[in-house]
Amino acid sequence: MSLEHAYYIPHDAKWPIVGSIGLTLLLGGFAAQLNGSSAAGMAMLVGFLVLVYMMFGWFGEVIDESEAGTYTKLEDVSFRMGMAWFIFSEVMFFAVFFGALYYIRIFSLPWLSGEGAGVATQEFLWKGFENVWPSNGPASVGGEYEKMGPWGLPAINTLILLTSGVTVTWAHWGLVANKRKQLIMGLAATVLLGFIFVGLQALEYSHGYNELNLTLGSGVYGSTFYMLTGFHGFHVTVGAIMLTVMLYRSMKGHFTPENHFAFEAAAWYWHFVDVVWLGLFIFVYWL
Amino acid sequence: MATVIDTHDDHHDHGPASGLMRWVTTTNHKDIGTLYLLFSLIMFMVGGAMAMVIRLELFQPGLQFVDPSFFNQMTTVHALVMIFGAVMPAFVGLANWMLPIMVGGPDMALPRMNNWSFWILPFAFAMLLGTFFMDGGAPAGGWTIYPPLVLQGGDGFPFMIFAIHMMGISSVMGAINVIVTILNMRAPGMTLMKMPLFVWTWFITAYLLIAVMPVLAGAVTMLLTDKFFATTFFNAAGGGDPVLFQHIFWFFGHPEVYILILPAFGIVSQIIPTFARKPLFGYSSMVYATSSIAFLSFIVWAHHMFTVGMPLQGELFFMYATMLIAVPTGVKVFNWISTMWKGSMTFETPMLFAIGFVIMFTIGGFSGLMLAIAPADFQYHDTYFVVAHFHYVLVTGAIYAIMASVYYWIPKWTGHMYSEKMGQWHFWISTVSVNVLFFPQHFLGLAGMPRRIPDYSVQFAEFNMWSSIGGFVFGLSQVFFCYIVYKTIKGGEKATDQVWEGAEGLEWTLSSPPPYHSFTEAPEVK
Repeated sequence: MSLEHAYYIPHDAKWPIVGSIGLTLLLGGFAAQLNGSSAAGMAMLVGFLVLVYMMFGWFGEVIDESEAGTYTKLEDVSFRMGMAWFIFSEVMFFAVFFGALYYIRIFSLPWLSGEGAGVATQEFLWKGFENVWPSNGPASVGGEYEKMGPWGLPAINTLILLTSGVTVTWAHWGLVANKRKQLIMGLAATVLLGFIFVGLQALEYSHGYNELNLTLGSGVYGSTFYMLTGFHGFHVTVGAIMLTVMLYRSMKGHFTPENHFAFEAAAWYWHFVDVVWLGLFIFVYWL
Repeated sequence: MATVIDTHDDHHDHGPASGLMRWVTTTNHKDIGTLYLLFSLIMFMVGGAMAMVIRLELFQPGLQFVDPSFFNQMTTVHALVMIFGAVMPAFVGLANWMLPIMVGGPDMALPRMNNWSFWILPFAFAMLLGTFFMDGGAPAGGWTIYPPLVLQGGDGFPFMIFAIHMMGISSVMGAINVIVTILNMRAPGMTLMKMPLFVWTWFITAYLLIAVMPVLAGAVTMLLTDKFFATTFFNAAGGGDPVLFQHIFWFFGHPEVYILILPAFGIVSQIIPTFARKPLFGYSSMVYATSSIAFLSFIVWAHHMFTVGMPLQGELFFMYATMLIAVPTGVKVFNWISTMWKGSMTFETPMLFAIGFVIMFTIGGFSGLMLAIAPADFQYHDTYFVVAHFHYVLVTGAIYAIMASVYYWIPKWTGHMYSEKMGQWHFWISTVSVNVLFFPQHFLGLAGMPRRIPDYSVQFAEFNMWSSIGGFVFGLSQVFFCYIVYKTIKGGEKATDQVWEGAEGLEWTLSSPPPYHSFTEAPEVK
């Protein structure tokens, strides 16, 4: 068999350049916004819309090709490997913020309170500072605040995400067993749980900002808390949108027991945000 | 074009689309490789122009041409442009051109994403270079963008951060494509341990990229929120630590320096056997050495921070771990020399650059070993000794390997032989001038001249003058290189398929230049 018919090489990719323009407008606009430019918000909005347009176009094209039976086992393997390594890169991104949290708790706060070689730092710069977690630092940046406890909303959210991991697997079983109804119901439940999680996170943030005086500016505790849970919440939102698309496609009759890479990719991504959450629950909320 | 069920009938032609849009919408690995390589050459000239400004200012003590703030912008952006704009895209361009051919596949595994990986870069660099025209100018805190200094920059700061984000997205997508291509697109019979070494080194480099580019993204994101959103990751008042940034940055930064050199190892391992007319000595040990270097690169980062104030155990661990890297690197150097041993050698331009690489990269490696000695590093740290060290490994290392690869493969790419006479001139002028440029910087550093300063004490004047003269000649000789490349693209003696007498590998079984779609039938792998 000749090679060029063994592997699908697409032609005339017009979406990447659209994506580059959208990304540049979005990020350039954001940068200008941070510098106080007044027109920048518009550029951001346009950039965001261009990116959304690009995703509809690009993914739409790939879905059409997939439904037309363009892809064989070989392309499927490429997609799977690509998604797996993309998720690995995301793992590394979260690892940085977890790493920062550990460094702050294990090294920087003890040193500021005079441990190890930090005696002079403590004596001359931050006299009397004690290392107690959570901390907003020796200058009490952001003022008095309260800690976000683990056993209220966060515990409920843990249950929600773990349950959603079960429902998405149940949906997968349905897909593999060619039970369309089980697939759709499982996905619908997963999407619902996902958005409930995001909603509860928003509620928790509002509680933090309005009642606990816990903000992004509350020293290292506020910084690590909001950056870690914030990036996670963003990823949950993205994952829930991906699953929504899968739900829509399932209802349109896409996917077969043999060919459903997109569903699995979304499910892998969902399990990934699930696992990150467990890390957050243990190290950010609990310990 | 290559669809099983082709829904686009107008795409049955097998040639490239015409006009400018060919380059914008291409999914062909050779077109994208060419784009990467040309982009890299342009950035090499842009970064080189900044280096010329630096050497001009340092030609004599005292302030002559630029103000100190602009000088700092030059050193900062020179480094960012050369690393992210010249060397990395050159390697990705070479990977695009050669990997699918070397493994006997039809193209890169994810061709649309391949296009996007490239087309993010011009936008990212437009954003980075645009900062020169903003209030406060370009970032001037050094390419390592340490807080709190970098947070005191002007309007360019957030643009630089987002430019780095975009470069990171491009690199991660490129790396994913390389891994998937190597794992999934190999011709039947091309087992992993039969792959050419350039493929192996890129395979390992791609893993490094996926692992550390997100780390850089995290680091610059924290810088951004520290400046604009009141977080205190790097501010002791809030319980953070500026040193935390250095740890995160170098956790990215040290694997990054191997990202900049492992593909170079691969290139040299292709070229030396060709011109020694002997198979590579110790193929499997080369693979294992490359993997060991990649592994070690993750546990040595703090040797960039010996003077920052670390516990003694940390200094010792990072010192010994760093020295350990000399073992696999030594294996490689000895393998290259053993390959040449009793070989029937000829010295065409690619071979000259490859041998130049082996010798001068080793000099850079040895000065690296000196820097690895923690107590000695207290004297070398942030001096011109460091500048000399990393320019030996990056210019006479990475850049020399890229030059070698261009001379080696350009007959294959264009179908034309370059002018051997001009190539030899380019090599010798470059090699003499680059040593005049960087060797005296060792002495300057040992004598105590700090890096990143526009002015210096008069006792450093003579070496600096030598260094600047070497710099100007080296810079001009690269303009000459551009001319050689241009001439070769335009015309020249017709290249044969084999090109080099001793060349082995699938790329030499194709015509020069290769057809738009490399292998229409799976090649036979011996």
